Amino acid sequence: MPEVLSAPLVVEFPFTRSLGPVQSAFLTGLRERTVLGVKTAGGGVLVPPVEYDPVTAEELRELVEVAPTGTVTTWAWNPSPRRYQPLRTPFAWVLVRLDGADTALLHALDAPGPDAVRTGLRVRVRWAAERTGAITDIACFEPYDSEDSGPAAPHDGRFADPVTGIVAPARLDYTYSPGRAPTDYINALAGRRTVGERCPSCRKVYVPPRGACPTCGIATAERVEVGPRGTVTTFCIVNIKARNLDIEVPYVYAHIALDGADLALHGRIGGIPYDQVRMGLRVEPVWTEGGRYPDHYRPTGEPDADYDAYKELI
Amino acid sequence: MPGTPGKPGARDIAVVAFAQSPHRRRTDELSEVEMLMPVLHEVLGRTGLRTSDIGFTCSGSSDYLAGRAFSFTMALDGVGAWPPISESHVEMDGAWALYEAWVKLLTGEADTALVYAYGKSSPGELRDVLTRQLDPYYVAPLWPDSVSLAALQARALIDAGDADEPALAAVAARSRAAAEANPYAQLTGSVPAGDYLVQPLRAGDCPPIGDGAAAVILAAGDTARRLCERPAWICGMDHRIEAHSLGVRDLTDSPSARLAAERAGAFERPVDTAELHAPFTSQEIVLRKALRLGDDVDVNPSGGALAANPVMAAGLIRIGEAAARIHRGASSRALAHATSGPCLQQNLVAVLEGES
Ligand SMILES: [Zn+2]
Repeated sequence: MPEVLSAPLVVEFPFTRSLGPVQSAFLTGLRERTVLGVKTAGGGVLVPPVEYDPVTAEELRELVEVAPTGTVTTWAWNPSPRRYQPLRTPFAWVLVRLDGADTALLHALDAPGPDAVRTGLRVRVRWAAERTGAITDIACFEPYDSEDSGPAAPHDGRFADPVTGIVAPARLDYTYSPGRAPTDYINALAGRRTVGERCPSCRKVYVPPRGACPTCGIATAERVEVGPRGTVTTFCIVNIKARNLDIEVPYVYAHIALDGADLALHGRIGGIPYDQVRMGLRVEPVWTEGGRYPDHYRPTGEPDADYDAYKELI
Repeated sequence: MPGTPGKPGARDIAVVAFAQSPHRRRTDELSEVEMLMPVLHEVLGRTGLRTSDIGFTCSGSSDYLAGRAFSFTMALDGVGAWPPISESHVEMDGAWALYEAWVKLLTGEADTALVYAYGKSSPGELRDVLTRQLDPYYVAPLWPDSVSLAALQARALIDAGDADEPALAAVAARSRAAAEANPYAQLTGSVPAGDYLVQPLRAGDCPPIGDGAAAVILAAGDTARRLCERPAWICGMDHRIEAHSLGVRDLTDSPSARLAAERAGAFERPVDTAELHAPFTSQEIVLRKALRLGDDVDVNPSGGALAANPVMAAGLIRIGEAAARIHRGASSRALAHATSGPCLQQNLVAVLEGES
């Protein structure tokens, strides 16, 4: 079996999220080096605070201030920090119950090694030098020998210039392999040939092949060369210029049934004014120097195909 | 009839067939649909049904594993979705797809259902990918990976005196020894405990990362009897979730698993088999306690998720393995469990029985 193609695939997204009143106060507080919790009807204090009681679902709005010191309730030593984690050197993940709180906050603890960490360890917040109103305004925790500083104090949650939203960037790196059938298709395109696969049951030829017949639900294996010429089965006129795309608008984007194929693929139509493209137009691929797939399709000059010849492929 | 039929008026529904792929570290040569298709053909072959005979199809998978939007639509090619079929998808483990299919059959809208699930973890970095399911405001920006979160739970368990590191290692050893009899398992036999990935969890306490797929067929009443010699009747099924924030929960316990088990009828009579979806050794200890499983219960005779953990399919496989044991006559009453989210956040329990 020839080697299956693979390529890096990066998925990146900067999610913009709005905050409710409690989350806004909490994250703004972090920016101002103040840790806020929220009081439940039962008198408990939740840190980090939420807008609805996780037990009763009651709305929570009564903010309180807790200490930047606390106690480790459980921990795990992380010998090899991963790309975006809070510290670059080995550290402990910790759940910390801040003084005045009844629940624990997840964060990182900077410590020389696992022997320096235990459940019950006293710690304090190390603030980030630059703070924007995000959980990462707490750079991490550090060991800090101190007494429990007691109950939470009332806080009105008001700050100048409150943070009302966060941008949560994320990036995931993949190595994408399309599998055998698309690999065959892409490799054939490099030789300026278009191949599909025939279903052993219904005999339809799929282009591009995906290794399965969606009608019969079985593997397709017989490779079939199709085209290069084909017929426009339907099309649209694009009037909006896409970013990073160097094509003058308006242009025509079409479904093209290559000769011998039972599924139309997509392509741009060139070499003809956009308002003269029509269903049934006969076209052929145009390759640019070094191109790995057809740049566009242009009219062959043949008479148009009969509607009956392609009506099943629309 | 099962020993304790469901609620009055409810239909009897059974798992009548199960199939799974060999689970492997990577399957670069296969697209998702190519990995899935043999499993679909096998499960249909066991019942003699064709895709056109199936009343309802439901699947579980995740775009985040694939790194592509609407990735499940490509896998649909494997079920022959033309002419149009009645179909649904959950962005969760296939165990929850099975739950949806079970409800569909209970309503009488269909007599048979095909449930499948698949996941290829190999294209991405699974530990990073799974951070994207966490609370996006307070937790996800810190990128705590799945092993780290499980390790926090393991430490809590050790501190509480419920386990120690040798006890964790014993869970791994027993699971992987059991997996030697499972031809589909990815990791079998004597596996060294290895170094700490995140202390207190060593490599041996963590599941293998891999690619795999599974499928189950459900059928109601007489249809089930016709399709399977000894159907695995679903006596009850329920799923529950706990508070989002880890710092609010008692990590040494799983009240949601216990409540789901209670609502599924698990405590009405003892079970002889339990297939637990416990990807980390420490989680099996939490679940054994929460589900009140004694030493007389055969836990994870398949090797469980420590032997093969295809994300999105591993929970469905627990139901399939439990059912297959009933089909073979090796169990008369089995509990199957599936989990999702960090530290056993969400839990599903099904109770299956064979006719005596
Ligand atoms: Zn076909």
